[in-house]
Amino acid sequence: MKRQQKIRKVLVLGSGALKIGEAGEFDYSGSQALKALREEGITSILINPNIATVQTSEGIADKIYFLPVTPFFVEQIIEKERPDGILLAFGGQTALNCGIRLFREGILKTHHVEVLGTPVEAIIETEDRELFAKKLRSIDVKTPRSLAVTTTEEAIQASREMGFPLIVRAAFTLGGQGSGFCNNEEELVKLAEKAFSYSGQILVEESLKGWKEVEYEVVRDRYDNCITVCNMENFDPLGIHTGESIVVAPSQTLTNSEYHKLRQLSIRIIRSVGIVGECNVQYALDPESEDYRVIEVNARLSRSSALASKATGYPLAFVAAKLAVGYGLHELKNSITKSTTAFFEPALDYIVCKIPPLGPEQIHRGVKGDRLQHEERGGGDGYRAHLRGGDPEGVADGGTGDARFCGEQRPRFPGYRNCAVRTHRHADLLHCQRLSGGLHHRPDP
Amino acid sequence: MRKARLILEDGTVFKGSSFGCEHSVAGEVVFNTSMTGYPESLTDPSYRGQILVLTYPLIGNYGVPAGITENDLFKFYESEQLQITGLIIADYSDEYSHWNASESLGQWLHRSGIPGLTGIDTRALTQRIRERGAMPGKIEFEGEPVEFKDPNRENLVAEVSTTQKVIYGNGSKRILLVDCGVKYNIIRHFLKRDTTVIRVPWDHDFSQESYDGLFISNGPGDPKMCTDTIHHLRGALDRDQPIFGICLGNQLLALASGADTYKLKYGHRSHNQPVLMKGTNRAFITSQNHGYAIDDESLGDEWETLFFNLNDHTNEGMRHKSRPVFSVQFHPEASSGPTDTEYLFDEFLNLINLTG
Repeated sequence: MKRQQKIRKVLVLGSGALKIGEAGEFDYSGSQALKALREEGITSILINPNIATVQTSEGIADKIYFLPVTPFFVEQIIEKERPDGILLAFGGQTALNCGIRLFREGILKTHHVEVLGTPVEAIIETEDRELFAKKLRSIDVKTPRSLAVTTTEEAIQASREMGFPLIVRAAFTLGGQGSGFCNNEEELVKLAEKAFSYSGQILVEESLKGWKEVEYEVVRDRYDNCITVCNMENFDPLGIHTGESIVVAPSQTLTNSEYHKLRQLSIRIIRSVGIVGECNVQYALDPESEDYRVIEVNARLSRSSALASKATGYPLAFVAAKLAVGYGLHELKNSITKSTTAFFEPALDYIVCKIPPLGPEQIHRGVKGDRLQHEERGGGDGYRAHLRGGDPEGVADGGTGDARFCGEQRPRFPGYRNCAVRTHRHADLLHCQRLSGGLHHRPDP
Repeated sequence: MRKARLILEDGTVFKGSSFGCEHSVAGEVVFNTSMTGYPESLTDPSYRGQILVLTYPLIGNYGVPAGITENDLFKFYESEQLQITGLIIADYSDEYSHWNASESLGQWLHRSGIPGLTGIDTRALTQRIRERGAMPGKIEFEGEPVEFKDPNRENLVAEVSTTQKVIYGNGSKRILLVDCGVKYNIIRHFLKRDTTVIRVPWDHDFSQESYDGLFISNGPGDPKMCTDTIHHLRGALDRDQPIFGICLGNQLLALASGADTYKLKYGHRSHNQPVLMKGTNRAFITSQNHGYAIDDESLGDEWETLFFNLNDHTNEGMRHKSRPVFSVQFHPEASSGPTDTEYLFDEFLNLINLTG
């Protein structure tokens, strides 16, 4: 046993209420963490007001408090239960924010509760955009360039430094008032003058319009060992939110050099932040070169982590909880094979595709238009589909129809031209994973 | 597309459609599970004589880059030409799209005389190879029969090695590189580190050469075929100069030191092989491509295991206990694959600087 033996009782912050239509990603990560604690013989205390979750079912946590995930209630539970440690990364942003406040207000210190996994200071650092961008630049990682200016002349000067196209944004305004794209100096002057009517300061930023959006799920242990469990590529270009975009794992249009350049950067970032557990790094990648920008880093399990877990069969949250109590990745077993190590990167012999809820008419519209537009959301889980090498017969029944991707939506996405994708409502990716069979369940030969 | 068959020595037959050059070939059937990097793999000399099965299902998406050279080396390939005997995939993507592509994978195979089959159930095929081990196989077109052959009985290294001495770069340290089928990215890594690389044929007697560090490259086939290299290495082991070996180089150094090698059932060919530096908590994800391994038990008293595989505990590297000599079974130069162990090139250069 390589874990910290002094940890006997741990408080887990749940994600709180889910809204109707939201998926249960954080219920999933919390449940996995609780199972990992149980396997270690650690007493788990869960705080989560949402009774409609798996993690609050019997036999998952040792004790449950159906109370809001706020510092006020958490402090009372800490006083009553006197846990040795607390897990903050398994309940989404709600839990993380609560944890940061508990830390800042000195509550954790007063009650001698150790934050397990990633140190709070590291989380705080990633939450402040400007500070974090500065940190990334210090380790030679590129972030989108942005200059704050107060006159039109300065804006022109900034454009000469950065080149077109640019985005002009009025500072301190809501809803994007006075913002827009410009492709030349003339358009810039026009936009800048308009923006200055809203605000005394404007931001001139480089435009990443049309860039590919790619993300990596990275894991690090306390020995500094790192793996990237999975990468994912958005079918839609940057600007369409990942949650609203068709997402494919692994990436389809990246060469080896691009894939491993971004992988290496992800590892450099997770090491520099000092995460113990899991993080998610999102990139914009130029479709015409290997140029990239880091657009976001989540120092916690995110919605993408749940997708990555199901897409690969790698139990990210479960492993992250084990790392939090002190294990190294190489000391943990691959929970599927039970014999090989958790320090490995799944090699897929299939492709996983997440499709947000779209009616057939919307897909049709998307094919005609230059990209999918889908403001309306259906209920439930949405469509989730799986394709394996263009073999629609490999997908079980229960489908509501075939959607044929013609490739016009995003010409950069070759390979989909002939792929019939059977979408099926309410079907879960786990289901797809089962269909895909055994190979990926084993480590690679 | 013309139909063709992949036939394994055990009698298993898979039917597929041709998307490369249309002629029958025979070789050893092996599989690789990496999800990127087909231009790099197909030009890797270690795949000489092999019919390569890619388990990742969609291949060809990003086309093939042009043959641009830099420092007298192809910038995007790992050797002068395609090295595989044949390619087997599940689903070929003829509509490639990438800024750096100049032609499709099918065109490249065609032009290079290499057959490729698509529409094969690569999962079933891979499971068969796992079960029975890597075995001879052939891609056969109707009316053009060929015989099975085991390429490991041939001297594949002699086929892929340079035939004459070639010098690259003009750096301060001189690396003598014994080419048993070197991947270009190894040379690129040395050139990035202020060295002159002297690339010599696999059977070259380098005892009279002047150098600061000796490097033994990767390469195809059974290490025991390289008797000349092993003989020359024995001499080099008596000198105090730093030696570094990769893949086949690891096996050749072992054989020269008196240890033994054996054939793995189906080898390690992927981008996700976990290795641990022995006696530490330092683990690395590595790129691998080998069918033979060192028998750890046979290492002499002067030698110790440096890395081992976390999955099957096979040897992944060794070092001399007192001299500046070490080697690894995996590929720190990557290309294709993860770049986590690139630092080993720096360690080798450090050894050279310490002894020089």
